Amino acid sequence: MYNEKVMDLFKNPKNVGELPGANAVGKVGNEACGDIMQIFLKINDNEIIEDASFKTFGCAAAIVSSSVACDIIKGKSIEEALKLENQEIIDYLGGLPTHKIHCSVLAKEAIEDAISNYRKKQAKAKK
Amino acid sequence: MSKIVYLDNSATTSVYGEVLNEMLPYFTDIYGNSNSLHSAGREASAGVDKARDIIAGAIKAKRDEIFFTSGGTEANNWALKGIAYANMAKGKHIIVSSIEHHSILDTCKDLEKEGFEITYLPVDNTGMVSLFDIMKSIRKDTILVSVMSVNNEVGTIQNIKAIGETAHHYGAYFHTDAVQAMSVIDFDVNDMYIDLMSMSAHKIHGPKGVGALYVKKGVKIKKFMQGGEQEMNRRGGTVNVPAIVGFGKAMELNLANMKESNKIIANTVDYFIKKLQYSIADISINGNAIQKAPGIVNVSFKYIEGESILMLLDFEGICVSTGSACASGSLEKSHVLKAMGKSHEDINGAIRFSFGVDITKDDVDYVIDKLVEVITRLRSMSPLKKKRTRK
Repeated sequence: MYNEKVMDLFKNPKNVGELPGANAVGKVGNEACGDIMQIFLKINDNEIIEDASFKTFGCAAAIVSSSVACDIIKGKSIEEALKLENQEIIDYLGGLPTHKIHCSVLAKEAIEDAISNYRKKQAKAKK
Repeated sequence: MSKIVYLDNSATTSVYGEVLNEMLPYFTDIYGNSNSLHSAGREASAGVDKARDIIAGAIKAKRDEIFFTSGGTEANNWALKGIAYANMAKGKHIIVSSIEHHSILDTCKDLEKEGFEITYLPVDNTGMVSLFDIMKSIRKDTILVSVMSVNNEVGTIQNIKAIGETAHHYGAYFHTDAVQAMSVIDFDVNDMYIDLMSMSAHKIHGPKGVGALYVKKGVKIKKFMQGGEQEMNRRGGTVNVPAIVGFGKAMELNLANMKESNKIIANTVDYFIKKLQYSIADISINGNAIQKAPGIVNVSFKYIEGESILMLLDFEGICVSTGSACASGSLEKSHVLKAMGKSHEDINGAIRFSFGVDITKDDVDYVIDKLVEVITRLRSMSPLKKKRTRK
């Protein structure tokens, strides 16, 4: 069902756990659908994502998608990170089974949620 | 990775060497069509007859009440549709439990489209059907009650005899899907008021692709598979001689070893559960603690998801199965745990361990060690995991 790259990454996922010093957190999904994804970002003053990590309740595809998404956005500006498409995650993994595509969408949405929360916080701070 | 601990005996079992040896000549020397009149055919036919006698004897039926099929699924399809179509004049109401196998439930969906009315019985939180619910829903036009003997996901054993007696009291036929039950229950179809019973070989160390439907003499049932006069003109199609011979041998061994095997399995499972409860926090065991198949243990691991557990265990050579939504292509959660009223989290984190007689305490020690690693690791990744809990 999963290709070797997905299996390898699932054995050794990167960017796992809460990120110390994270200043943006995003969370998507619910227990009913079976996946919950949490993304932690450390964004610097120049709005560059210095570090990213995740916590995920879900299947192998969900865990691997989270891990990869964090890798892709590290070092990018938040503007660039928002342009991340789930297809990029799928390509990086060399494909996902059709019924697991939504896991990669979830990762993209978790990042969007984190950045949106970050912006809200920034706007509040300016007031 | 060399070590394999196979804990998925409810999915299928290994074919015993004795069973294979019994089958082999029927692929080569005794290759006749059991319905041919010549000597080659008669020799094959003798093998089939022997198997039929063993299986009939095992459930206290007569040999002309056993009809071989391609497996449990066909037997279930046939039982429901065969009874439905043959008894429409009496009524179009059928009662089944909500935790039946999909070969029953999907057939019911078909029948509903054809104008039959199906009552899906609820179960309690241990997976038990209540007799009271059957009495409440049974009617004059009820033609069939079908309740599985042993549930494949949680192992709960139903009160088959009482259900059968109730069905008969109200004039309905009683069918039971006994596919998971053959290694657990010593059946007596007459004593248990069973009119139809589905069986399968590969759950009792026989080959895949063969099963049987027991149909009590006098029960009105329509022929399901058209195409020939095989199986006493009840089921068309060339008879799968080697598989049937294997089924017979598997049944013979099953009957001889059942008591002893279940004692061994119950011991191992008891050790497993105690160790599991001691080693891992925040788990719950699904099913009935007393009335259950000894080999089936269904466990919900909180905060984490079943497919992930299954896959990480697989990396360690441990084979289990899951009722989680993520593992199945359809993203559909276990209908059994749902009917038992389990929460989304408990359903998504459910793993079924199904033991065979070959599993040792050393195997259990290995599995628990790996489980602790896997569960701890996945929980460390989970956003649901509360910090205050132990593991």
